[in-house]
Amino acid sequence: MSSVAQKSGFGATLWDWLTTVDHKKIGILYLLGGLFFFVLGGIEAMIIRLQLMTPNNDLVSAGLFNDLITMHGTTMIFLAAMPILFGFMNAIMPLQIGARDVAFPFINSLGFWMFAFGGLFLNISWLFGEVPDAGWTSYASLSLHSPGHGVDFYAIGLQIAGGGTLMAGINFLVTIINMRAPGMTYMRMPLFTWTTFVASAMILFAFPPLTVGLFFLTFDRMFSGNFFDHTMGGNTIIWEHIFWIFGHPEVYILILPAFGIFSEIFSVFSRKRLFGYTAMVFATVLIGFLGFMVWAHHMFTVGLGPTANAIFAVATMAIAVPTGVKIFNWLLTIWGGSIKVTTPMLYALGFIPSFVMGGVTGVMQGAAPLDYQLHDSYFIVAHFHYVIVGGVVLAIFAGLHYWWPKMFGTMLNELLGKITFVFFFVGFHMTFLIQHWLGFWGMPRRVWTFMDGQGWNIANLVSTIGALLMAIGFTVMLINIIMTTIKNERVGNDPWGDGRTLEWAIPSPPPFYNFPATPLVRGLDTLWIEKMEGSKEMITPAEPITDIHMPHGSIIPMLMTLGLFIAGFGAMFHQETSWGLGVLIFGLAFTFVAMAARSLKDDLGYYVTKEQILQDQENIKRGRN
Amino acid sequence: MIKGLKKWRLFSLLAVFALFMAGCGNEEISTFQPAGQVANDQFKLLLLASGIMLLVIIVVVIIYTVALFRFRRSKLGEDHIPEQVEGSHTLELLWTFIPIVLLLILAIPTVHYTYKLGDVKAMGAVDEDGNAENLVVDVTAKLYWWEFEYPDLGIVTAQELVVPTDEKVYFNLIAADVKHSFWIPSVGGKLDTNVENVNKFYLSFEKESEGLKDGVFYGKCAELCGPSHALMDFKVKTLPRDQFDSWVAAMQETAEKPVVANADGEEVFSQSCIGCHAVSGVGESGAQGPNLASFGDRNRVAGFLEHDEENLKEWIRDTQKYKPGNTMPSFSKDQISDEDLDALAEYLMGLKVAK
Repeated sequence: MSSVAQKSGFGATLWDWLTTVDHKKIGILYLLGGLFFFVLGGIEAMIIRLQLMTPNNDLVSAGLFNDLITMHGTTMIFLAAMPILFGFMNAIMPLQIGARDVAFPFINSLGFWMFAFGGLFLNISWLFGEVPDAGWTSYASLSLHSPGHGVDFYAIGLQIAGGGTLMAGINFLVTIINMRAPGMTYMRMPLFTWTTFVASAMILFAFPPLTVGLFFLTFDRMFSGNFFDHTMGGNTIIWEHIFWIFGHPEVYILILPAFGIFSEIFSVFSRKRLFGYTAMVFATVLIGFLGFMVWAHHMFTVGLGPTANAIFAVATMAIAVPTGVKIFNWLLTIWGGSIKVTTPMLYALGFIPSFVMGGVTGVMQGAAPLDYQLHDSYFIVAHFHYVIVGGVVLAIFAGLHYWWPKMFGTMLNELLGKITFVFFFVGFHMTFLIQHWLGFWGMPRRVWTFMDGQGWNIANLVSTIGALLMAIGFTVMLINIIMTTIKNERVGNDPWGDGRTLEWAIPSPPPFYNFPATPLVRGLDTLWIEKMEGSKEMITPAEPITDIHMPHGSIIPMLMTLGLFIAGFGAMFHQETSWGLGVLIFGLAFTFVAMAARSLKDDLGYYVTKEQILQDQENIKRGRN
Repeated sequence: MIKGLKKWRLFSLLAVFALFMAGCGNEEISTFQPAGQVANDQFKLLLLASGIMLLVIIVVVIIYTVALFRFRRSKLGEDHIPEQVEGSHTLELLWTFIPIVLLLILAIPTVHYTYKLGDVKAMGAVDEDGNAENLVVDVTAKLYWWEFEYPDLGIVTAQELVVPTDEKVYFNLIAADVKHSFWIPSVGGKLDTNVENVNKFYLSFEKESEGLKDGVFYGKCAELCGPSHALMDFKVKTLPRDQFDSWVAAMQETAEKPVVANADGEEVFSQSCIGCHAVSGVGESGAQGPNLASFGDRNRVAGFLEHDEENLKEWIRDTQKYKPGNTMPSFSKDQISDEDLDALAEYLMGLKVAK
């Protein structure tokens, strides 16, 4: 376990990663898993754009196209964006609050494995040739009508992955409430920690509705339920409400951590304290709160009536206020600062105009009568890609470059990083800006082809070329990652030179116990305060170095999830095969046995002794000099 | 220098904006060329919203650009440590209240139009003789076609909606299988056709479709409904009231005086097609297949193919090839011989009500 003894065989390394409960390693697992699915979702996106490059194109069939759009949306939201953000939260947030790990390391590992197996379950549908095809929203009438097992994969896969997300959210909440270092009051927490906190609270309230909705769908499709079958007294609109009561907060669960990442980057690379920290915190909390009040703006055309539409229209517009507060505070953070345009800063600077454009088109759609025209047209496709790519994906890329040294101990190449940015940024605007006008010109979304002569040809061609540029940019980034890993040039504690928060006060990557002694926090931007005071050690310890209690690794989280994964196939095939029910029971029993093993076997962890820590610190210092 | 740059940016932005707004887009389908009161109201709201939003974008871009030019480390020197400003209450209040005012300016017309466009009180109104004052059309969306019933006139048609101009037309919308959404971009925003309840709204058509490229406005299904969602188009023909009345009369006559362009074709039709398709325009919605009483007048085969006998015959031979997932069976040569198919096509193309 110790970072001193690193030579070990492949089997031992693999076992270490399968059983790890270390938040930094789980962060890396989330990141790699998320990037894998990001590539998958990206390939799906490229095929979608190639199909729509010319009118009457027949690159893919109508059915396959619906598979692609469904899997693209589901993959990007649940299996790429969220896990990558969880990767950052896991790897960085405990360091920012001066903790040694998250509150529940075992549950942290369980959350990761549920995401991994849920994602696997969803994508195994490609091998069966029966892929979810009712859109990532899977509106009930269509999802019940859809033949084959496609939508079953969606319901069960997301159920497993969603469970993992809920656990991760609760874990982060408890960690931030209970494990802050002495002096780290709420109003001294870095903004990334704050946004993690609010996003986790939103997960706590938003994911249970999804769980319920997916169970209803599962019962309707696999166990003869009638929750959504209107001919049997069910109601399809209920699904839409349940889905969006989850789905709208979900958007903020994605964008808030992105805001957090950019807040860190603006401050660090402007060498200036975040402007209006208090206002930023309250804006974050307010966005989190309002995020639950506006779900029906996804349903303006459902026919809820003018009163409901008017209320939700005004509520939606209200969200623009705290978001605007954030934008102007970022602008005033760089105003009067000392701006250094590194790759992460480049992404942050690209984010401001992109996200403002995505935000204002959101307000336009908040105007309900106008939304009657824009809803389900290409305008909405442009809008949500502007917020999700222009907000979340740019934040992910920014965070990847910014925290890569902290997570892996090497710096991504700056030149390649900037080349990535240029291709991706130009490609992004080229792909999606023109789509606003496609919407105005009457093109509905989710169409697998379009007829010639409707005035949409050139715009679609431009959009596809833009998508290719984005793909080139991303490929450069993958090359950058591979090259950096092979070169393996180690960096010190604070490779950017202007780090302000605690994670930059310890080695990159940090030792497995993070802090030899819990730090004492004396204000916002802890490390900056130490730097300004000319402190040599960069950390004021809150206590002398003592033995550290650490948890043991465990394979049980993976086994528990494996049981659910097996049970999923049982549920799916139990109506048409004789073995289905047996497999369902076996899988659930497997999970329960694993849970029982965890509960009955006492695992009290182990202690890293004071001598080992001192020896380890000595080694780190010698390695540095 | 900076000031000049600002002006130039502003101007070019506006120019690009105007170019996009004015140009492009086809009249029969673009929301930029509203052909009725509803679309026009929505377009006005679009202009207002775009204006406010453009203002926001411009303010942000100006602050952003100036900050980027003035506060670069390359200018200020490596060792420069900026003042660590905490914030400013005045500024926070400023950028909280100005957006609130801007949003109020947008919110008031939004609420007004929400109620205005949702007003269907006049729908069931009748005059002294008990006749409906307004035209009501019952729309049923099906995989993947549209059925239009005129309940007060006793007629039904499909795929091509025919409406009078310059009056409010009220719609009852429902879906027969899965959820669809009814959208005529140049005439007004969409409303979903749910499976369990009837949605009501109105549109008014203020431009005759005669002069348009195909002589019709384009309608779309706007909600993913399966593989052929993209092909679930319909067309809208708008006529002056008197022409509309004569179209209605002609439709009502198709029950007694059917048009027979090819007697053999009619024979084939009555053997193979009549189970699902009606050729009389008198009736109600609820048919298995689209009503064909006015098929010869229509603009497309199967809603999206060029309207000629060749496409019609290929469509009948292999419906799944053209519209995957639709519910019409294909007819092989054993079921309808080539000669019979020719006759059938001629017969179908002859089903016209418009003179």
